[in-house]
Amino acid sequence: MMCRAGQQSGPYGADDEEAANASFAALLEDGAEELYENAPCGYLSTLLDGTVVKINATLLGWLGLEREEVVGRMRFTDLLTVGGKLYHETHFAPLLRMRGEIGGIALEMKQAGDKRMPVLVSSAVKHGEGGQPLLIRTTVFDARDRRAYEEELLRARKAAEEARRQAEADRARLQQALAVLQRSLLPDTLPAIPGMETAAHYRTASPDRLGGDFYDVFPLGGTRFAFFLGDVCGKGPEAAAVTSLTRYTLRAAALHDPDPVSVLATLNEVLHERYTGGDPRYCTVVFGIVDPDPESGRAAVRIASGGHPPALVLRADGRADFLPTPGGLLVGIMPAASFATAATTLAPGDALLLYTDGLTEARTGEDRTALYGDAALRAFAADHAGEPPGAVMKALADLLDGFGDGLDDDTALLALGVPSRPAPGPATKNTP
Amino acid sequence: MEIEHRNNITVVGDPQGRPVVLAHGFGCDQNMWRLTVPALAEKHRVVLFDYVGSGRSDPSAFSEDRYASLDGYAQDVVEVCEALDLRDAVFVGHSVSAMTGVLAADAVPERIGALVMVAPSPRYIDDEGYRGGFSAGDIDELLASLESNYLGWSSAMAPMIMGNPERPELGEELTDSFCATDPDMARVFARTTFLSDSRDDLEKVTVPTLVLECAQDVIAPRGVGAFVHRAIPGSTLVTLDTTGHCPHLSAPEATNEAITGFLAGLR
Repeated sequence: MMCRAGQQSGPYGADDEEAANASFAALLEDGAEELYENAPCGYLSTLLDGTVVKINATLLGWLGLEREEVVGRMRFTDLLTVGGKLYHETHFAPLLRMRGEIGGIALEMKQAGDKRMPVLVSSAVKHGEGGQPLLIRTTVFDARDRRAYEEELLRARKAAEEARRQAEADRARLQQALAVLQRSLLPDTLPAIPGMETAAHYRTASPDRLGGDFYDVFPLGGTRFAFFLGDVCGKGPEAAAVTSLTRYTLRAAALHDPDPVSVLATLNEVLHERYTGGDPRYCTVVFGIVDPDPESGRAAVRIASGGHPPALVLRADGRADFLPTPGGLLVGIMPAASFATAATTLAPGDALLLYTDGLTEARTGEDRTALYGDAALRAFAADHAGEPPGAVMKALADLLDGFGDGLDDDTALLALGVPSRPAPGPATKNTP
Repeated sequence: MEIEHRNNITVVGDPQGRPVVLAHGFGCDQNMWRLTVPALAEKHRVVLFDYVGSGRSDPSAFSEDRYASLDGYAQDVVEVCEALDLRDAVFVGHSVSAMTGVLAADAVPERIGALVMVAPSPRYIDDEGYRGGFSAGDIDELLASLESNYLGWSSAMAPMIMGNPERPELGEELTDSFCATDPDMARVFARTTFLSDSRDDLEKVTVPTLVLECAQDVIAPRGVGAFVHRAIPGSTLVTLDTTGHCPHLSAPEATNEAITGFLAGLR
């Protein structure tokens, strides 16, 4: 097609011009009233008592109502579902009264055929010249898509809450099971040893994990009693299994031959045989025999140690000394192991203290980098030397409390002492 | 715990006047009484508070067990009266709070000497021979409705909306958010309110009582006010020519007139 110079009719040509004129005319005709009626949202105006005085075609269409049945005949709340009505009366209306406007409230409106339509409603009060409220103008937005999305969110939130509750319940159940299992690895109470006092304390570093420390006291017949305290390498169920095996092996071995070295040798053999191959399991342990003599008021103690920290002896005169057992090997790691022995005599007011390294390796100091250590423990023990085992144990439990989160390993404590004055009968103290 | 802080107690008016306790209903808080207070403050010691779980009460005091029955809310009223050592107070309760007042007056008769029940309902669900206005299913719908509007509620807002004595400067912006409540607590209050049946408690009332009802009330339909009036011998029933459930907001003058008239008639 040719274009003659000087006769250009604009960039769109004659047909385009007509179309442009038509759209401009349409725009002019889309006056305020037309926009009000057919806007993509619902409009309604009500008297202060809620009576509808004006409503647009869009909203009538959504609700499936005729103008004549609504205007002057229905109140705004009549258009709402019951839940919406209650919400309107308890929240929407009071807020609107107080503030003069309210926006973005989610309500549901009744549609024809018993259907309901989620909407978002905003209202503002129109005031007269004197400031008196005249009308309430309300805009209604279709919130069907939004509500579906929100319901999805609510469902997801509920599912997440449910999962969290379930996880918490599982954790509580696990902790309870662990606590029961843990108790089964320790004596309920210590047996009464005539002419002696005993006390024990046990603390796991975390309620979520089984500890690997253990102790026990049991009679050997006659006046003699056996005692032991130790620490299985590792934590958790595997360590608990080793603990259980260790505890019963020590008891059985002692009944057969209570000599401390031979008891540890038996345990060594059992553990080494049981845990050969890729999963070596071992422990450190002090095993001992105490033989109190009521005549003299003294108790002879013989111990053997397999790689365990040295016992402490607290004397009635206020001294505290380690009872060295150097050179004893970890129990269960070598086919034939040697163990270190030591002996002492407890006089009235003396006590023997066994502990695991949870105590001496507690992290202390401001930044939790220093270890509590042997020297500090010895000094602490000296401060309490001469006190009965129960009092020493209480002081140690308080000490452990003081470590707070610096205590990151399990701790077992066992004390055996001879009362400073002849006691009327045997006494035991067991702090769980 | 300090009850004054826990229930966000406000005391205004004449310290020597007969105390009047204004108790909000389900939905909002003591701000609902904004248009009522001026009419009472001249002659009365006016006590306002928020139930635990509403308004700016202390959320840490909330217990689902305690507030699962109206007795828990009545206990709030009793404790507020005791904290201020009120004697012979007039208790003005809106909606469900009117029944809370009945329970509290029965518990501490020396502290509550008269009742004003604003748009009361002793039972919201229809029963044989009784029209409360709702079915059980309707109440479930309200609970769902609450849920959908609390999507915008954020837990980050909670400390600001609720009890914040350390930061009184927040007061100004808070007036706008007074209907915002922790959704879990609101759900408990809603359930307790709308599933309650306190009809048998009405006979416990022995103090002078004014029953105020609205001519058009979606929540407590006509007939409920008359039921309450009949159940409380000697009570006065006043029907206010207004629409809605909150006459103290929609018709404050008429409501105030009715209350002050009743107060003037008390010995």
